[in-house]
Amino acid sequence: MNKKTLVITGLITILVLLGAYLVNFYMQENKTVTITTATTVTTSVTTTSTKMISINGAGATFPYPLLSKMIVEYNKLYPNIQINYQSIGSGGGIRQHTNKTVDFGASDAPLNKAQREAAPNTLHIPITIGCVVIAYNLPDIPKGLKLTGQVTADIFLGNIKKWNDPAIRDLNPDLKLPDKEIIVVHRSDGSGTTFVFTSYLSLISSEWANRVGKGTAVQWPTGLGAAGNEGVAGVIRGTPYTIGYVELAYALQTGMQYARLQNREGEFVEPTLDTTAAAAEALAPSLPKGDESWENVNLLNAPGKNSYPIVSFSYILVYKELSVLRAMDIDKAKALVRFLWWATHDGQSYAPNLHYVPLPESVIRINEETIKSITFNGQTLLS
Amino acid sequence: MLGDKIFKYATAFVAASSILILTFMVLELFRNSMPVLSLKFIFGVNWNPVVGMEEYGVLPYILGTLVTSAIAIAVGVPISLGIAIYLSEMAPDFVRKPLSYIIELLAAVPSVIYGLWGMFVFRFWVKDFIEEPLSKYLGFIPIFQGQPFGLDIFTAGLVLAVMIIPTVSSVSREVLTAVPNTLREAAYSIGATKWEVIKLGVLSYAKSGIFGATILGLGRAVGETMAVSMVIGNAIGEAAIPTSLFKAGQTMASLIANEFNEADPISLHAKALIGVGLILFLFALAVNLIAQIMIWRSIKTRGGMVE
Repeated sequence: MNKKTLVITGLITILVLLGAYLVNFYMQENKTVTITTATTVTTSVTTTSTKMISINGAGATFPYPLLSKMIVEYNKLYPNIQINYQSIGSGGGIRQHTNKTVDFGASDAPLNKAQREAAPNTLHIPITIGCVVIAYNLPDIPKGLKLTGQVTADIFLGNIKKWNDPAIRDLNPDLKLPDKEIIVVHRSDGSGTTFVFTSYLSLISSEWANRVGKGTAVQWPTGLGAAGNEGVAGVIRGTPYTIGYVELAYALQTGMQYARLQNREGEFVEPTLDTTAAAAEALAPSLPKGDESWENVNLLNAPGKNSYPIVSFSYILVYKELSVLRAMDIDKAKALVRFLWWATHDGQSYAPNLHYVPLPESVIRINEETIKSITFNGQTLLS
Repeated sequence: MLGDKIFKYATAFVAASSILILTFMVLELFRNSMPVLSLKFIFGVNWNPVVGMEEYGVLPYILGTLVTSAIAIAVGVPISLGIAIYLSEMAPDFVRKPLSYIIELLAAVPSVIYGLWGMFVFRFWVKDFIEEPLSKYLGFIPIFQGQPFGLDIFTAGLVLAVMIIPTVSSVSREVLTAVPNTLREAAYSIGATKWEVIKLGVLSYAKSGIFGATILGLGRAVGETMAVSMVIGNAIGEAAIPTSLFKAGQTMASLIANEFNEADPISLHAKALIGVGLILFLFALAVNLIAQIMIWRSIKTRGGMVE
């Protein structure tokens, strides 16, 4: 018996090692293929060195699909620059950035005062724009539910308990709303999406602001929690009479039903890439500089007839003076700055296909100033 | 001679290290959660990590852990006992060996697999075939109130029941097989039926061992994280108090799994979660200690009897 187990364990170990070796071999082969397909694209970037450079980033899960697409494409252009991004969540991104264990962090929420003091001289670079949609599952109503911010807040507070509540009925006189309990679905893990959504509810409803407040994790008065955007989406799709909030990209990819939300001008706006971009453009003139505090920046409830109300930036966090990072040298610093420049310019062209909103021109201008201000030992890095 | 001595101290050191690690773990958990530990932490119901409104209380999750584990024991132990009795008393040889092997294999299935199965398959069965009838006909009883949706304390308890079956049944089978045959023969000789032999001769003799097996299962149910967090609904604060079985809840382990990753190290949030870890650790330690003592006692009496 014992001998047998030993033999089997040995065999499995050998198989696993063999498999790992094959995977590794295959990936290396793939890499050589990408080098041959590399082409040059119009950027201000020029390769000066062919030394292998590896850059590490970590943070928010929301921009991960976009960032990893950008990283793959960038690697095709500059095969000697290897960028790794771990999507460990906004909180983890801020923590690793503060501990200086990564070259750049990413977060859906800007740093607050305490976090800025813990990581001084942090620059905020908006990399893409997020949009939170209110998704629901009503078997007989496939489309067209209308909600206001106030009613949404009341549903998530547990004040409105049934789908046929007069408050919802008044907004949707033409829909046949069922006499069923509303099941609220929220995120169970700390999340930038939750931060954006609760910030919006706090802005709209004073009861929400006083009782619950805003944060990456809050004390939900009602409902059930699921992990991740995909978890929330899964529960909503599998359970009738639910309502919850997910990122626009997830709603579009999974074909969920989502509500039109009333904006500042009183219009009921469907969440789309266009209405999200409209909100960002409307508020761009009021944005701070990259090295200032972004704590109070939000794109919520933006003016404009076509602006969707729950919109936010997703940020790259990077130190203004890169020599504070132990693992940094001048070549790496240059490579990082060039990647950031590329990601906020050419890299944006990959956004719409992945259901992300490209940055508007005015935000790109702000980013340009920010990226130009990054230094290594006081030396500017972009010519 | 010197080699012997070195060997002796080396093994003693290794043996002691496990106790040292345990002690350091408790101390470290205690040290890191000091700022939040208080009576209010244990008996409070609010869990609010929002900066400026911070308040932490663990009571709903302690209750959630107790209720889900209780369901797991209530459902899982009778099934496990049935398996154990069949395997040790009734099954023919060609069934016994493969079957007990398969059941022991079940214990090796990673818990995330149980969680996935619970989330994508089992919860719909529970909702359609158990929860909806119960809520329709017995909905007036407080513990069956609310609209069932399958991601709740009840489902979590049932998934845990499935998860503890391999542990409880294989340990119980071990204990039952160890019952001396003289007892069975004695019972048969005074004209007992099969059922009476099992009831009087075997089960009453193996009682404390079976109890130990149950507690071992309880230990697994209390500490289970992944599978529970996937099906329990992860409510928070007051909403997580298990007033009804058909309500989203939260256990201590699932709370830590859900929130630790994103907890802000500057605020009290991470410290409060470590505090939850401390309570869970002490809880699991106590449960396992009881189990060890019970099993140890049953094996000791057995040794005496066989002679």
